[in-house]
Amino acid sequence: MHETAIEKGRDATIERDQLDRLFELLRERGYTVVGPVVRDGAVTWDELSGAADLPAGWTDEQEAGRYGLRHSDSPALFDWTVGPMSAKRYLHPGLVTLWRARRNGNALELLDGDPPPPKLAFFGLRACELAAIAVQDRVLLGGAVVDPVYRARREGALLIAVQCGRAGRTCFCASMETGPAVRPGHDLALTEVLESGRHGFVAEPGSERGAELLAALGARAASAGEAQAAQAAVARAAGGMGRTLETAGLPALLAKSHEHPRWDEVATRCFACGNCTSVCPTCFCVTVEDPTDLATGITRRARRWDSCFSIDFSYIHGGAVRTSIRSRYRQWLTHKLGAWHDQFGTSGCVGCGRCITWCPAGIDITEEAGALRERKRKKEGTRANA
Amino acid sequence: MQTLEPIVAELPLFKGLKPEHIKLISGCASNARYDAGTFVGREGHPADKFWVLREGRMALQIHAPGRGPLTILTLGENDAVGWSWLVPPYQLRFDIHVVQTTRALVFDGKCLRGKFANDPELGYEMMQRFSSMILRRLDAMSLQLLDLYGDHHADHE
Amino acid sequence: MATIMPTTSDIPQASEDGTTAAGRRVPAEGGCGATAAADPMKPAPFRVMGNRTQTHDSFTLTLEPLEPNATLSFAPGQFNMLYVPGAGEAAVSMSGCAGTVRQIEHTVRAVGRVSKLLQRCRRGDVVGVRGPFGVPWPVPLAEGRDVVIMAGGIGLAPLRPALCHLLEHRQRFGRVSLLFGARSPRDILFAREIETWRGRFDVDVEVTVDRGDESWRGLVGVVTTLIPRAHFDPAHTVAFICGPEVMMHFSVRDLERRGVPHARCWVSMERNMKCGVGFCGHCQFGPTFVCKDGPVFRYDRVATLLGIREV
Repeated sequence: MHETAIEKGRDATIERDQLDRLFELLRERGYTVVGPVVRDGAVTWDELSGAADLPAGWTDEQEAGRYGLRHSDSPALFDWTVGPMSAKRYLHPGLVTLWRARRNGNALELLDGDPPPPKLAFFGLRACELAAIAVQDRVLLGGAVVDPVYRARREGALLIAVQCGRAGRTCFCASMETGPAVRPGHDLALTEVLESGRHGFVAEPGSERGAELLAALGARAASAGEAQAAQAAVARAAGGMGRTLETAGLPALLAKSHEHPRWDEVATRCFACGNCTSVCPTCFCVTVEDPTDLATGITRRARRWDSCFSIDFSYIHGGAVRTSIRSRYRQWLTHKLGAWHDQFGTSGCVGCGRCITWCPAGIDITEEAGALRERKRKKEGTRANA
Repeated sequence: MQTLEPIVAELPLFKGLKPEHIKLISGCASNARYDAGTFVGREGHPADKFWVLREGRMALQIHAPGRGPLTILTLGENDAVGWSWLVPPYQLRFDIHVVQTTRALVFDGKCLRGKFANDPELGYEMMQRFSSMILRRLDAMSLQLLDLYGDHHADHE
Repeated sequence: MATIMPTTSDIPQASEDGTTAAGRRVPAEGGCGATAAADPMKPAPFRVMGNRTQTHDSFTLTLEPLEPNATLSFAPGQFNMLYVPGAGEAAVSMSGCAGTVRQIEHTVRAVGRVSKLLQRCRRGDVVGVRGPFGVPWPVPLAEGRDVVIMAGGIGLAPLRPALCHLLEHRQRFGRVSLLFGARSPRDILFAREIETWRGRFDVDVEVTVDRGDESWRGLVGVVTTLIPRAHFDPAHTVAFICGPEVMMHFSVRDLERRGVPHARCWVSMERNMKCGVGFCGHCQFGPTFVCKDGPVFRYDRVATLLGIREV
């Protein structure tokens, strides 16, 4: 009845009440749909059965070391920024059984690990999260050796992004050039538009799969007003960034700042709790364990998230290389904002601000990076290479 | 008797010294040969010589009752042996055991001390050179002490 | 013959400027049992063919793949992750002569939980092997030059394959020197082999201990004391050094004093490893992953990092 956006080469609009149909289409195509839900006082990720599961009327307030949700009567589904969890939870899971083994007389029999994962459709990824997926793609798929666990989950994944209409106080994706406008890599990018009593999502296809979905949905072309409102929303987010991080020359600076006094200072505040690495969407460090089931004698190789803040992380015979919290914080920040470039050609940080929000001490990566640019002058004399 | 000056002049310890200084020092030097198994010095005895080994091996040792001689350090070709003659009380700190038949240039410590006292410029230059050698020896012995290959606190992998 | 490990052509080689192609090579797939190449986290089962005591706390395991006719290709300095079923893994360098082989050797110091379990392995036991991993000693770069192999303690184990290669292709190299420092006479690794090497006319072997004992008639002193008297032409020498970090650092310093520049010294680093392929993040050393950018590094490329505490 109405011309589809695809035919017109324009963005489409998905009505609010078409979402359930969209999810249905995804399921018909074999996807399990995951998206944002509110649970335990935060916006987190879970399987969606329908649009009713989405965080309608919820807004978040984030600051260093603080996260809170407020509810109102607003029908807006995406008036929040990011929760503690990201797509990492599904693509690079926190606990995986890589394989199991059984001793068979004098032979070692290898058995399967976790069953193949379901095909996932992510509904509601933010620009920073898409960027984080791209970063993890490089880490886990971009080298000579590919991580089969990540590949199995990533290959089939469908990515539906939802643009941010406002920025949070810990957000700095603009500084990291990862947002707030979604960069290519999505199958669909939606922007929630609420005006004149209408509630819909301006939808931009980013791939053939995305376009096919819009066509199957019969999504109509977006009106000029809707398209404008969508652009305004993203512009609002861009103009409202809570933090900035100056990236120019940062990797080179970090490479020669190992003795900067700032590390001593931040070490007095950091607990090395590892919250930051847990919520960070790009942190990829893992460890392996080999628990054995006493009843069956079957041992499994379990892979779980690990953190460079853990005291054992750098343990070699004799002791850990990085025993002080100072050295562990330095390792994390220098890696995230510096060495990552050497290793993978991009920054490891996407500016989502989670580490700032979820740090119990409220340590702010943007503030630390800024402080490292300062050359400290001691009263006794200047410090070389500070 | 052939003069030892050319040989002394080539030793790293004395290389670059003025010819008159080489002459002075050579005046305190002579060739020596020691059989394996002999001692050229004993702990507590007067220290009045030092050696630059040309060939062979000497060992600095301490005799521990019930355990016999314990070697602290072995020295070989081109190594200087013995510094106790430099400073009072001019007394040897270790036994110096000739482990393999050794040819060496032996220097009379008292003779050298006299030359250095009379020629402070030479004395200062030689003190610097000896200090440098002692520092290197100290570095090496410090590393030896660290027990780098040893077992450190336990384990988990 | 089925090859279950990446073939020699896939082994990253260090180039003259010290960079490697590690990370840009695709391991070969092919042959039955190519599980190791397809999934680097899956161990291949190997049978223990022998467990030979080396010193009071070290031993050499000889392993052979369970799969009949399967072989391994590795280069000197590479390592495997050895898996003790139900217990865990340890990264251990291969200590036998390199190439495409049916049996591999690992010389291990029993200092940790897994290494102590490996020590208890007997002929017939089955362990898991993942590998080979890592950048090897750049033996091709040493051709036409004098080579100094400097080892401290267990560091002789990852150097033994390099020495083996040098001796097997002796005419390609200049003077070959082995300088080895052990803690004490009873800690001398590969004692019998050292005597064999010493018996050759074309390699200089010097062994020293940090502390002698009542019967020791050899050299006493830290391994760096062997450098001044070693026979090599600094202008045309390549040095491979392996041992505790402190020992490597001072060895390179003293080699430099004799005129061997940092860019011709290669060291083997060690860090905590959980995967061996650059995913777990544990082995990071500055911007490098010791498992895939190392463990062998050209010294000038890590000299600054080695000077930073707790990096």
